[in-house]
Amino acid sequence: MPPARSWRAYPQVYRLEAARCKKCGKVSFPPRLVCNKCGEREFDRFNMKRTGKVVTHTIIRTPSDEFSGEAPFAVGVVEMDGGGRLTTQIADVSFDELKIGLPVQMEFRRLYTEGDAGVIHYGHKAVPIRQ
Amino acid sequence: MAVGIIGYGAHLPRRRIKVEEIAKVWGADAPSYKKGLELREKSVPALDEDTITLSVEATRNALARAGIDAKDIGAVYVGSESHPYAVKPSGVTVAEAIGATPDCHCADFEFACKAGSEGMFVAYGLVKAGLIKYGLGIGADTSQGAPGDALEYSAAAGAAAFIMGADDDRMIATIDDSYSFMTDTPDFWRREHQFYPSHGGRFTGEPAYFRTVTGAIKGMLEKSSMKPGDFKYVIFHQPNGKFPKRAGKQLGFNFEQIDVGRLVPTLGNTYSGASPLGLTAVLDVAEPGDRVLMCSYGSGAGSDAFVLTVKDRVREVRDLAPKTRWMLDENVTYLEYGEYAKLRRKIRLAAH
Repeated sequence: MPPARSWRAYPQVYRLEAARCKKCGKVSFPPRLVCNKCGEREFDRFNMKRTGKVVTHTIIRTPSDEFSGEAPFAVGVVEMDGGGRLTTQIADVSFDELKIGLPVQMEFRRLYTEGDAGVIHYGHKAVPIRQ
Repeated sequence: MAVGIIGYGAHLPRRRIKVEEIAKVWGADAPSYKKGLELREKSVPALDEDTITLSVEATRNALARAGIDAKDIGAVYVGSESHPYAVKPSGVTVAEAIGATPDCHCADFEFACKAGSEGMFVAYGLVKAGLIKYGLGIGADTSQGAPGDALEYSAAAGAAAFIMGADDDRMIATIDDSYSFMTDTPDFWRREHQFYPSHGGRFTGEPAYFRTVTGAIKGMLEKSSMKPGDFKYVIFHQPNGKFPKRAGKQLGFNFEQIDVGRLVPTLGNTYSGASPLGLTAVLDVAEPGDRVLMCSYGSGAGSDAFVLTVKDRVREVRDLAPKTRWMLDENVTYLEYGEYAKLRRKIRLAAH
C-alpha cells in the first residue's frame, strides 16, 4: 500500500475514529458521507472505545505474502462497546479460546511492513481481555 | 511550582522465554547463568510489537491515570535503542495514535539504556520552565542480544510512560530534585548497520555501571541533602538481578528498598524501559508521603537520578490501568527457542 493511502486512514487505524449519525445515532466505521440507516448527512466524529466483543471469527492459514510469517492467525469482526464494528486480526489468542462473545480490547500493533526498506504500517488488533 | 508525574503507565509483551530454554541451545550451564545474572526468564515481543506499539499502550495507561485530554500534551519524547526506523521518528506515531498531534513537540532520544529517563528529564524540565502544560516521557525497547552471547539471556522488551505536569490536583508524585552523571566510557555500543550490540564484558561492571550509578546517587544525595534511610524505595537500572542489589549495598540501601522496583529476575533487561518500569511498579504500591529515588544507567555512559515524593492521588489512580506486577506475573505464555528465534527475526528467510 502506498504511504499516502495508509496516511489518509490514520484517524481510523490509529485512533479508531468513527462517525455517529446526528439524526438516528447509528455509528459508522469507517465514517460515511450518508447514513445508511436514515440518509442523514450530519455526523459527530468520535474515537470508539477500545473494548468490545467478538461477533464472528475465522482462522487464516494461507495468507497473502505480507502476513506469511504470521500464519495461522485469527481474524474476526468485533462489536465495540458504545457502538461500531470493525474487521481485525485477533492476536495473542489460543484458537481454543476463540469464540463468539469473547471480550477483547484493541491494542496498537504493527499490521505489516513493506519489505525490509518500505514503511511500517501500524494500526490495531484485538486481544482477549484477561484481567 | 511543584512539577511531577500526573500519569504513569506500563506495557509488557505477554511472551516469555526461560534461561534454561536459551542455555540448552548453546550448550551453556543454565544454573550458573541463573545464579550469575539472578535472572530466570525474560519478556519477548511478538512479531507485531515494537518500541512504538509498546509506547502507545504504555501511554494509554498513563492517560487513563492522568485523566487529561491528550491534546494538552505539548511534548512527546520516546527514549529507546530500538526505534523501528533508522530515519523517521517514533514520537510522531505515538503522538498521532494518542491524539496529541499536531500541536506538540516530538523527539526521539538515544543513549543505550538511559534514553527513557532522558525523555522524562526533558519533559519535566519543559513543564518546570512553563513552556508546555504537560510533557510525555517514554522509555521503551525491544532489545536484541546476539545468539549465544550473554546478553541473549537478558535482552527483553517493555515500555513505561510518564506524563509530567504541574497540576496540584492531579499530582501522583512530585519530582523534587534531579542529578545527572556523565562520562565517556565505552562499555557497550552498536555501530551503524550492525544488528547486534557489542560490549566490553566485565568492563561493563565496575568502571562503567557501578562507577556511574554510585556517582549519580552520591551526587543526588549530596545535592538534595538526603541519605539512603530517607527513601522508602530506590530503583536502579537493572541489566541483571545482581547489579542493582550490589550497587544498593555499596550505597547503604537495604534489600527491601530495592526489591519492589527490581523487576529484572522475571522480566529481563528492558534497556530504556528498565528503571522507568521499576518506577511504575513502585508507584503501584507506594503510599502518600513515601520518598522514592530512581537512577537510570545508559552505557557510554551516564545516569539520571530523580528524587520523588508520592502524593495522595496515587491511591485514586493506580487501579485505573493494569499494574506492572500483574502484567509481569499473569497472562504470560512461554516460548521454545525456535519460536523465540522466529519472533526476534534471528532466522534468515528466503527473499520474496
